[in-house]
Amino acid sequence: MEKALFIIFAVVSVAAALNILLQRNPLYSALSLVGTLIALSALYVMLRAQFIAAIQIVVYAGAIMVLFVFVIMLLNAPKEAPYIEKHKALRFLAIPFAGLLIAEAFYVIRLVKPIQMPASDDSAQAVGTTLSVGTKLFTDYLLPFEVTSVLILMAIVGAMVLARRGED
Amino acid sequence: MTDLLLEWTIKIAVILGALLTAVAYSVLLERRIMGFIQLRRGPNRVGPFGLLQPAADGLKLIFKEDIIPSQASKLLYVIAPTLLLIPSLMIFIVIPFGSEIVLFGRKIALQVTHFDVGLLYVLALGSVSVYGIALAGWASNNKYSLMGGLRASAQMISYELALGLSVVGVLIQSGSLDLVEIVRSQGGWNGMHWNVFVSQPLGFLVFFIAALAEANRTPFDLPEADSELVAGYHTEYSSMKFVMFQMGEYCNLIAAAGVSTTLFWGGWMGPGVETYPALSLAYFTAKVFVFVFVFIWIRFTLPRFRYDQLMRFGWRVLLPLAILNIIITATVKLLVS
Repeated sequence: MEKALFIIFAVVSVAAALNILLQRNPLYSALSLVGTLIALSALYVMLRAQFIAAIQIVVYAGAIMVLFVFVIMLLNAPKEAPYIEKHKALRFLAIPFAGLLIAEAFYVIRLVKPIQMPASDDSAQAVGTTLSVGTKLFTDYLLPFEVTSVLILMAIVGAMVLARRGED
Repeated sequence: MTDLLLEWTIKIAVILGALLTAVAYSVLLERRIMGFIQLRRGPNRVGPFGLLQPAADGLKLIFKEDIIPSQASKLLYVIAPTLLLIPSLMIFIVIPFGSEIVLFGRKIALQVTHFDVGLLYVLALGSVSVYGIALAGWASNNKYSLMGGLRASAQMISYELALGLSVVGVLIQSGSLDLVEIVRSQGGWNGMHWNVFVSQPLGFLVFFIAALAEANRTPFDLPEADSELVAGYHTEYSSMKFVMFQMGEYCNLIAAAGVSTTLFWGGWMGPGVETYPALSLAYFTAKVFVFVFVFIWIRFTLPRFRYDQLMRFGWRVLLPLAILNIIITATVKLLVS
């Protein structure tokens, strides 16, 4: 049962991810990304990381992607061919860059140590529950957490300043 | 395992049946109350008191022609109504309808399931349901529909923030994201220790207004503002696809009522639930009914916001109030403990 669900959601997420690249209409690409995010969050649930799964949907699928879809709908799809197709030379540059990214991904995967996931353990102490995420965030990782919030606050203020510059 | 699966299946079937009946009759209720408020009778011809009106409406709509505009984006046009309806139905699996009752010698908890992040799950589904409206507006290839879809997405993003922050007070109060735990934490004072009385009247006010906006109800029904946008995002829809939009909207309405009840008005708590567990179901239903009535009452009493007023209200009034509520609740909690 668990294996079947895993296969279904894994296939959906990979297929949707491929569809992001293959679609020519930006709106369909954005919706495929939403599909990927939802399938991934289902996988998180299977790893007993309900909190992360829910946050993934609330933040990414529910807020950020709605904003993307809003912008795409507002600006409407451009009629002419995208920039990349006007400059054929750029296409060949894509191959070494893709190779570089894949090599980097493999390097990172090799670095990560395989950890024992308490997947069958139903207690509130499992890695991805609200309790464990909250405890870690406000004890062990308090400084990175606060630094990140300050960074985001700065980004918000910066965005406000940039958006308001035209008004004066 | 099979036992559990069977129990879930039966519960989901019962809830789905009850919910769809409630949706059909809340349409009738809305029309009758509209008649009452506007000093006329409303639909009362089909059956006693018009009680068969939903069946007659359903029959009529099934036989309508199902039109897909020739320039529409067909796939999105067809799936958009389901994208609105399914998330709003999914909310109901975590809402506790009552305490535990004993049936056929088994203890049965009156909710389909409950998990660690029930409240986040509700918020997530609420935020995902906007895709149905936005995509319906885009796929119809109609300028009024598109305007409706755009308004819906901007409105949802703005009010989601206030909605999410307004429940933080409840979380501080109950210390859990699990809806069952949240209801149980409101059990003191002979079943009257409801969050709205204890410390969250401001939180409830913000939540209630934001929930109205999330459910696209007047005075926040800009996505379908009849007087400016024909019918907004569902202008081009007919027959059963139109019905699915209507069902989705009323499902959202009942979900908003159910979640408000659960978070702020004690859920199924009330005097006497400890001795008579079946009473809890009655309390929950009554509270949800009152909420649905208030939603309808507001619809036929208040005029619609202008769009810029709506945005200003969300960002400059509701959001600061929600943050203020968090500060007050946290301070009080800290001082008391």
